[in-house]
Amino acid sequence: MGKYAAWVATPLVLALLVLIWQFYVVVFEVSPFILPPPLAVWHATVELLSEPKTYSHIAITVYETVAGFLIAVIIGIVFGGLLGKIRWLERTLNPLIVGLQVMPKVALIPLFIVWFGFGPTSKVVLAAVISFFPIMTNTILGMKSVETGHRDVMLALNASRWQTFKEVELQNALPFILTGMEVGIVLATIGAIVGEYLGGSQGLGYMAVATLNAFDVTSMFGVIFLLTILGLVLYFFVVMLRRFVTPWHEAVTSTRD
Amino acid sequence: MTPAKAEMNPAPEHQPADLSVSAAKDAMIRLTGVEQRYKTKDHDVLALTDVNLNIGKGEFLVLLGPSGCGKTTLLRIIAGLLQSTSGTVEIDNKPLWNKKARNDDAMDELGVVFQEANMFPWMTIEDNIALPLKLRGVPKAERRARAAELCKMVGIEGFEKRWPRQLSGGMRQRAAIARALSTKPQILLMDEPFGALDAMTRDAMNLELQRIWMESGCTIVLVTHSIREAVFLADRILLLSPRPGRMDTITDIEIERPRDTYVQSTQGFQDYELSLRQRLDSFA
Repeated sequence: MGKYAAWVATPLVLALLVLIWQFYVVVFEVSPFILPPPLAVWHATVELLSEPKTYSHIAITVYETVAGFLIAVIIGIVFGGLLGKIRWLERTLNPLIVGLQVMPKVALIPLFIVWFGFGPTSKVVLAAVISFFPIMTNTILGMKSVETGHRDVMLALNASRWQTFKEVELQNALPFILTGMEVGIVLATIGAIVGEYLGGSQGLGYMAVATLNAFDVTSMFGVIFLLTILGLVLYFFVVMLRRFVTPWHEAVTSTRD
Repeated sequence: MTPAKAEMNPAPEHQPADLSVSAAKDAMIRLTGVEQRYKTKDHDVLALTDVNLNIGKGEFLVLLGPSGCGKTTLLRIIAGLLQSTSGTVEIDNKPLWNKKARNDDAMDELGVVFQEANMFPWMTIEDNIALPLKLRGVPKAERRARAAELCKMVGIEGFEKRWPRQLSGGMRQRAAIARALSTKPQILLMDEPFGALDAMTRDAMNLELQRIWMESGCTIVLVTHSIREAVFLADRILLLSPRPGRMDTITDIEIERPRDTYVQSTQGFQDYELSLRQRLDSFA
C-alpha cells in the first residue's frame, strides 16, 4: 500500500482539491477577480507558456535562485567546516551568527538594491544570504555529531586533524549538509522571488506583481502555478542529489526497498 | 587439542603480581608506575594505581576484573588514547609519549579493537579495513589486495564491497579486527571486543581470535569481564581489584593450544574458572 500511495493517493487528493475549488467558485458565484476557476488558471498558464518572454522571466528567476543557492552551499560548507573544527572560532563568532540568523533578511532588500542595483545581482545576494544559514548550521551540527567511537578509531590510528576532517567529520556531516540544502533551496527560491516582488523588472516574481497590477488575476494565478512547479523541480533536484552523495545512508536505501 | 593435558595440570596457584613475571621474555609492552587520577568538582578520584607490568612478545594477556576496576582505563592508556597522570608506557622499548605528544613510532605498533565495531558507515567494508593504510599513503591497488587478504583471514570473504550496515554484528566485529591488523601491528589491543555479541557468536569469535593470534604471531591484550572467555583465550590473566583499580593476581593458564570449545568442560579449565571466581567474589 505504502508503495502506491505517492502514485495513486496523492493525485487523487490533488484532483479532489481542484474539484472543491471549481465547485466553490461555481456555487458561490465568486468573482474571477477574487478567485478564478481552475480551468481558467490552466488556460492562462498555457497562454503564458506560449509567450517567449515568459521563458526569459523563468530563466532569470532560475539563474538568481541557483546562483544564490550555489554561493550559499560553498560558503556555508566552508564556514561550517571551519567553525565546526575550530572551537574557539565558533565560540567567538556564535553570538554574531545567532544575531544574523534572527535578523529578518527580507528587510535587507532595499539595502541590497542600493548596493547591487535593480538587476538580478541583488536577488542573487538575497537568495544566498537567506539560504546560507541552514546550510552552515547543519554543517557545524554534522561535524560535531561524530560518534565518540569513531573519534576513538581515528585517535588510535594516530590520524592528523586534516585526515580526521576529510575521512570522518566531513563524511559524517554530508547527510546533515544535504538536509540544510533541502531547506536552503526552498529559501533561495523564496529569496529570489521576494526580491523580484520588491524591486526590478525581470523574473517570475516581477510577473506576478505586473499581472496583479493589470488586474489579470487569472494570469497571476498562472504565474504562481509556474513558481510552484519551479520550486518543486529545484527541490527534487536537491533530494535526488542525496542518493548520489550518500548512497550508504539509511534515508536513501529505505525509500528504495 | 588434548584436554587430557589440561586435566593433568595441578590446581592453579596465584602468583603475586610483580614486574619479574615475564622478565625472561622480551617485553613488548612495559608499564612502570602507571597511575590514573580523575579530577571531579571537590576531590580527585584515584581510578588506577601502581601498575607495573611487562607483557611479553607474542603473549596473549587478558585483563579481567569487575566493573570499575579500571581495566578499560588501563587498555586506553596502553593504546595511547589516554595519557596516564603518572608512570610510563613503553611499546617495544619506545616511550609511548614524549611529554604531551604521542610517539608516532610507538603508535605504529598498535592496533585497537573496541567493544563496538565502529565501522564508518560511508565506507565499504574493504575501505574501512584499508583505512589505516590509506592514512599512511599506501596506493589504492595495494590497499585493495591487503583488504581482500584480511577479509579472507577473518572469514568475511565476499563482503568487501558491502556497506557495514548490511553485515551482522559478528561480521562487523570481524571487519574491525581486520582493520586493526591491516598495518601488521605487533600489538593488538581489544576492549571487550565480543561483549556486544550473543553467546554463540561469541564462542565462535573466541575460536577465530585464537586462530588469528596464532597465525599473526602478534601480542594481544584483551579486556573482558567474562572469566570463561579469559581462561579460554589467555596465556596469562591479570586480575584487577576495584576502587582504586590495582593489580591483584596474575594467573598463568597452562592449557595446550590450539584450544577447542570442549576444553571448557575439562577439570583443569574449571579449576581455573573456580579459583578466579572465588578471588573475584572476595572483592565484593
